[in-house]
Amino acid sequence: MAVSASVRLSATGIVKRFGDRTVLDGISVALDAHEVVALIGPSGSGKSTLLRCLNLLERIDDGQILLGGEDISDPRVKVDAVRARFGVVFQNYNLFPHLSVLSNVTLGLRKVKRVAKDEAEKRGLELLDRIGLADKAKVHPDQLSGGQQQRAAIVRAIATDPEVLLLDEITSALDPELVGEVLQLVRELGSDGATILMATHEMAFARDVAHRVLFLDGGRIVEQGPPAQLFGAPQQQRTKEFLARLSP
Amino acid sequence: MTSEGPAPSSLELERRAFRRRQTTRSVLIGALSTVVFAVVAWFLIVNAPGWPRVQQSFFAPDVAIAALPRVWDGFLLNIRVLIGAVAGVVVLSLVIATIRTLRGPVFFPLRALAAGYTDLFRGMPLIIVLYLIGFGIPGLRFTEGRIPAEVLGTIALILTYSAYVSEVWRAGIEAVHPSQRLAARSLGLSHYQSLRIIVLPQALRKVTPALMNDFVAMQKDVGLISILGAVDAVKGAQIEVSHFASFTPYVVAGLLFVLLALPMIRLTDWLTLRLRRREQIGEVI
Repeated sequence: MAVSASVRLSATGIVKRFGDRTVLDGISVALDAHEVVALIGPSGSGKSTLLRCLNLLERIDDGQILLGGEDISDPRVKVDAVRARFGVVFQNYNLFPHLSVLSNVTLGLRKVKRVAKDEAEKRGLELLDRIGLADKAKVHPDQLSGGQQQRAAIVRAIATDPEVLLLDEITSALDPELVGEVLQLVRELGSDGATILMATHEMAFARDVAHRVLFLDGGRIVEQGPPAQLFGAPQQQRTKEFLARLSP
Repeated sequence: MTSEGPAPSSLELERRAFRRRQTTRSVLIGALSTVVFAVVAWFLIVNAPGWPRVQQSFFAPDVAIAALPRVWDGFLLNIRVLIGAVAGVVVLSLVIATIRTLRGPVFFPLRALAAGYTDLFRGMPLIIVLYLIGFGIPGLRFTEGRIPAEVLGTIALILTYSAYVSEVWRAGIEAVHPSQRLAARSLGLSHYQSLRIIVLPQALRKVTPALMNDFVAMQKDVGLISILGAVDAVKGAQIEVSHFASFTPYVVAGLLFVLLALPMIRLTDWLTLRLRRREQIGEVI
């Protein structure tokens, strides 16, 4: 595969096994800079595992991962430094309950990027202001609604200007009426030029925001293409079945 | 309660009045029965045959007053030892618990050492540790001068109690949900940073009652340094007992320890209750 200059993240032939169960069976995916890619597929298809392999939370059993042209699957890289180049948002927000919302957002800046406290807080407040939570800066996360917590978790992930944003089913734990505000923020980040790889169950959102959609099943990419094509005219039988079951 | 919203209905007012009457009655009955019980108990005790001898042996006021200064001086030493031991235990137990969370083959010897330490000192009676440290170490003659008995006693207490407390920490660390560590590492924090900034502060909240319990237990065992010859409250009482034909000085020393423990016990109860309230919605039954 030719690596063009604009490729931000490229993973080739990723294999991941848990015991004798193969969860990822030779997956290859590449993200151009400013590209938004959606991963769809049934539960257990390997979406979350793929995301966790990419930022080295899981060790891969084969394949290679390049971030900005650098081989980050090389065991000699400094994993903490590599992880800091990704922003990750989780299904259950995973905000730190003992820290204020502002401390949550500025933690990466202060402790990883070593930005001075004043500067970090200024940046943190700007981000919180952007999502309308500046007045909640000093409260703890349990004072926020689910949607507010997830939006705070998103700005925590982007506070350090990561090269790639990984979103792991970030609306799955939310009440339906709170999903919209979170998706709106992701939509904005996408149009601002962030590079995003997101696992999602929100097909309408994937169709709306993603430049490209990957359908995973059984640890392989069954089909991929622009949303209009993948949702409108799926080629593979397996994709058709999956989409048919979602929208009866 | 603020008086917002509509006025309570007459039904609710009647219920409140009834509850108030019930409360007043309960309080009165409680007070009355307590007084009756105290009077009867006091009457039975002081009129029991042999009470004068019991009083002379354990509750002689003149002996208590005479013994108090020396026992009190000794008790101040106990408090100093307790403060030193608590500080030492917090540090050592955290180090042990941290070592036991380390992953990777490089740290295997350290992990094994820490695990062996907790096994050894949780099993070994404190009194044997006191003898070994208190009498064994000076016997080696590593130092020119004499090491004070209270210092050796403090070391023995720290060694024993750190083994227990490190297990409490470890339980607390394991009780913090793994997703917290996942989020911390995803930000690029190192293992040590995640532990210090994210995991330990949350673990502390979960284990505070258990930690306090261990410290209450330790404040009692501080009295054991007397067997090494340190003149603490227990030793002071022992000296006074030999002057008077009465064990009252021991009772005085014992009560001082109880007075020291009470605030810690109450604080522990309060913290436990608060934790329970926070974790369960509705009334505590």
